[in-house]
Amino acid sequence: MAVTAHAKLDARALRRDFPIFEQEVHGKPLAYLDSANSSQKPRQVLDAVDRFYETSYANVHRAGHLLGERATSALEHARVRVGELLNAPDAREVIFVRNATEGINLVAYSWGLNNLGPGDAVVVTELEHHSNFVPWQYIARRQGAEFLMLTIDENGDPDLSELEAVARDHTVKVVATNLVSNSLGTIHDLAPLVSWAHEQGAIFVCDAAQAAPHMKVDVRAIGADFVAISGHKMCGPSGIGALWGRGELLRAMEPFLLGGHMINSVRVDKTTWGELPHKFEAGTSPIAEAVGLGAAVDYLEAVGLDAIEAHEHELAAYALGRLAEVPGITLYGPPAERRAGVVSFNLGDIHPHDVAQILDLQGVAIRAGHHCCQPLMQKLGVAATNRASFYLYTLPEEIDQLVDGLHAVRKVFA
Amino acid sequence: MSDPALESLYREVILDHYKNPRGHGVIEDADAEAEGQNPLCGDEVSVYVAFGEDGETIDDVKFSGRGCAISQAATSMLMEMTRGRTAQQVAELDKEELLAEIGVPLTPVRLKCAMLGLTTLKVALHKAKGTPLPEGLAGFDDLELT
Repeated sequence: MAVTAHAKLDARALRRDFPIFEQEVHGKPLAYLDSANSSQKPRQVLDAVDRFYETSYANVHRAGHLLGERATSALEHARVRVGELLNAPDAREVIFVRNATEGINLVAYSWGLNNLGPGDAVVVTELEHHSNFVPWQYIARRQGAEFLMLTIDENGDPDLSELEAVARDHTVKVVATNLVSNSLGTIHDLAPLVSWAHEQGAIFVCDAAQAAPHMKVDVRAIGADFVAISGHKMCGPSGIGALWGRGELLRAMEPFLLGGHMINSVRVDKTTWGELPHKFEAGTSPIAEAVGLGAAVDYLEAVGLDAIEAHEHELAAYALGRLAEVPGITLYGPPAERRAGVVSFNLGDIHPHDVAQILDLQGVAIRAGHHCCQPLMQKLGVAATNRASFYLYTLPEEIDQLVDGLHAVRKVFA
Repeated sequence: MSDPALESLYREVILDHYKNPRGHGVIEDADAEAEGQNPLCGDEVSVYVAFGEDGETIDDVKFSGRGCAISQAATSMLMEMTRGRTAQQVAELDKEELLAEIGVPLTPVRLKCAMLGLTTLKVALHKAKGTPLPEGLAGFDDLELT
């Protein structure tokens, strides 16, 4: 491992771990400010995946030969590493899924179809990514349950004063919120919502896809019942994520996907389910991707999640200051100390698509759109926003390049 | 603008159509209308058509909505291109004809922006006149989930 733990990270040095930055785009240095969309991958992760394919690849859990054993042990080691990252009580409670979206769908279907019914309610917030909104809306409607949305303020904090009325009028069975907002960057204090959910007898489902890359996510400290993460946002490969769930809930649940590997025995009159985690991992898993995610956990822990969080706060503060210099800009979301490395903004009435395209030609990659948060866009009264997002390899001069690019955008539309 | 790529994409005629859109507005009691959205970016366009006395020729066509320069400029150009044509002619209008009018190379993402107005207009004509839907949109009406 090339990196060592520092209280403060050296982004310039870490950047050399990421081969993708060894190129220019449109003849300009690449300012990759779209890490909240998906992060880039360090050499250590790419090498771990290559090495696995070159030396240890076979199918897992059912091949008796040496390669099968190596592959199984590599996959299970990755599971242990993800469990340790999340401070899970038991690695068997870590289910490999494609991404956080699939993890939340797993809970919505497997738990929701058997535990939600008419008169019950699912509560989400206005700030959810569609991944933690649409599955609940769909399953609630299928089950005849209510689907409720807490409104948020300009910092992205849900209005907790609505809870009393919700509790009075509904039987709340699920509370589902994000830990860090992908669109505003807000880092939430989940404690009040978690205890309220549990007072109602509800499960608490945490979408930590945007949190896990940036800060320590401790499932025990949060007190959640389910926590979902996506590997691709945290230096891991695409196509792999994880769902952690409380063992007793997972054991009581029906499976989500059915087929090979997830069974105990199959007879024409009856099939029984396998033990955790296998019950929820039908078919051949994304094995190498899981190994890559394990390597990403190694990388992030070596850099230090505290250092990453501190670095992002610094960049967020710098970006909010520099962006405020641009005439006509509207910045959304909380103050720097309450946000991860995400800044959403609009530049006058110039459409974010145009802003992003002109920035791209200056070598600056940002996301323009609704960020899978259409309810939030309705709240802000806009169709879309621009979003610049930062990670452990982001340098202040990339933010300078963004600001210069925005001046160029203004000239085009002057 | 010194960057040639920038200059080419946001050439004067695009910015002119964006800033001074032709046929912008609403036709009350339109003979045909439809709303279109680009789910990727949230662009929205509504188009309104009034037919002439033959019930086939487009006498007036307007659009409202909001979106990026490419989607709004392309729709504005479309309004000028389609007035005076019949519903059937517009249903058969090749997207290349509109792209030629736009006159700049578009990335796949921006192509969707550019086609929003044309797709929406074809949907409006389909609803009013039963003309063919654009490619890939057959069964579009069945997809409404709500």
